[in-house]
Amino acid sequence: MNDIWRMIGQRLLLGVLTLFIISVVIFGATELLPGDLARELLGQSATEETLAAMREQLGLNDPAPLRYWNWLTGVLQGDFGMSMATKKPISELVGVRLGNTLFLAFYAAALAVPVSLLLGVLAALWRNSIFDRASNAMALTAISFPEFFVAYILILWLAQSGLFPSMVRITGATSMGELLYMAFLPALTLTLVVTAHMMRMTRAAIINLLASPYIEMARLKGMSPVRVVLRHAVPNALAPIVNVVALNLAYLITGVVVVEVVFVYPGLGQLMIDAVSNRDIAVVQAIALIFAAAYVLLNLIADVLSTITNPRLMHRR
Amino acid sequence: MTVLLSVLGGLGLFFLIGSAARAGLHAAAPSRHKPTFRDMPLTASFGLAVILFYVVLACLAPVIAPYGESEVVGAQYLPWAAPHYLGTDKLGRDMLTRLIYGARNTVGIAFATTALAFVVGSVLGIWAALMGGRLDQWLSRFVDALMAIPALIFSLLLLTIFGTSVMTLILVIAAVDATRVYRLARSVAQGIVVMDYIEAARLRGEGMWRLIRREILPNAMAPLAAEFGLRFCFVFLAISALSFLGLGIKPPTADWGSMVRENATLITFGDITPLLPAGAIALLTVAVNFVVDWQLHRASGLKE
Repeated sequence: MNDIWRMIGQRLLLGVLTLFIISVVIFGATELLPGDLARELLGQSATEETLAAMREQLGLNDPAPLRYWNWLTGVLQGDFGMSMATKKPISELVGVRLGNTLFLAFYAAALAVPVSLLLGVLAALWRNSIFDRASNAMALTAISFPEFFVAYILILWLAQSGLFPSMVRITGATSMGELLYMAFLPALTLTLVVTAHMMRMTRAAIINLLASPYIEMARLKGMSPVRVVLRHAVPNALAPIVNVVALNLAYLITGVVVVEVVFVYPGLGQLMIDAVSNRDIAVVQAIALIFAAAYVLLNLIADVLSTITNPRLMHRR
Repeated sequence: MTVLLSVLGGLGLFFLIGSAARAGLHAAAPSRHKPTFRDMPLTASFGLAVILFYVVLACLAPVIAPYGESEVVGAQYLPWAAPHYLGTDKLGRDMLTRLIYGARNTVGIAFATTALAFVVGSVLGIWAALMGGRLDQWLSRFVDALMAIPALIFSLLLLTIFGTSVMTLILVIAAVDATRVYRLARSVAQGIVVMDYIEAARLRGEGMWRLIRREILPNAMAPLAAEFGLRFCFVFLAISALSFLGLGIKPPTADWGSMVRENATLITFGDITPLLPAGAIALLTVAVNFVVDWQLHRASGLKE
């Protein structure tokens, strides 16, 4: 038990270190500009006075490490600074939308994970059958589709006939049931995009194991193929499966950007796109940090879970 | 019913194009390569045929297209009828013409970006593997830090800082993807630099550039080539997604991603015109994936 806690502690420390480095990269990226941010934002025709005022407003007169320190301590207390375009505190803009985005991502995950695991196990069970080949070809096709293509096909089929709404409007009075109904199409789009990858990896992880001697033994004992796969192969394939599931969840968190724009879903991705076109750098930095943190956290959880499912990984030498 | 019919029609077309392409390639190939094409799966020959079709479209766009790239030829949103076979867009430009020019612009830009990412990523990766020591450590840790940020988010951040134009788009996506290529090139090159013949080449006094280009690169070509196909798909999808979001290739340049965005309102009236450019993107990525899948399968010698 102690080993597990120590391992989790180590991973957490590493995660914090990664986040620190990411924050340096996200903040430091503005230093890459040949001139400075104020000139880049205002253009060549800006006068010296407006430039000076802009620098003052952005705090560009302080040296970079000091600005970074102020930004970081602010972020740690939940204060991301002010948005330049809307003149509102960023934490206010981000707050509700973060909840919406997480809701959509978890909704999609709740649909995608069971379906893809089931399909993956079935494909491994009936490998080289018509079902396996068809699902393989469909998976390869689905991976190559741009998200907006899938989204518009769904809108054409399911929203045209009036089954589901093609836009998501969330007000304070929206109930959970309505929310699940309205967010169904965006969630389904995300599901279709990530299912293929998870399914293929599940199938590959199980098929890899099926060649090992202990599976041969189980078969020779006269065990049914279903039992061989479920009782003997799946537990050992859990580590790679957990990893690929986490990777896809991390993808969901960032993949929502395009889907949110298609369905006018009031989430972080939508906000980020607006901020990028307004070149509202403070907002973009804040959202990039949030997305990166979610990404790191999910990878961390996957790492810990896959180590727990495979005790051999704990005593690596 | 229509859905079922179109699926069946699509499958029929797929088999037709696939077998025709396989037969054609088999007949045209020099006798040394004939077995390669005889055993090739239908998906791969279909993929090759589609890629070839796109290349021809891209090269001959001005000859094939009936109108000019951003020429206004009629009223807006015309239906699919005689002179404008696929209708017109919201400014009254011919849809078919813009689709054909899109092959040139979108695919061309994606290809240039991938090529740039590959040159930078693989040269840096092999260089790091060759030098080893502290330089390798620093460069690799730096790349690791960049890769910890999701690709789309990182490109959006960079686009905010440097502004959105085609040039910055190419540079930003190439920089983000070069990190992924770097990792692969470095790990492949690490297996090669420890070989005796590299030691001999070093003793012979060969310079760094010659070592990379003449000694290591030829041996690292196979995995890098497969990666090129996959990477092209990712870059292509990323550029289309950014153009779709209004942050990539700007109008009036015909580009599939922004064409979907411009005509998206038609979808709500049950018109499938906006799906055409999106479908063009999907078809090319599927085709490239099929070919890469076949190449990987061949290279691994895997028969399952």
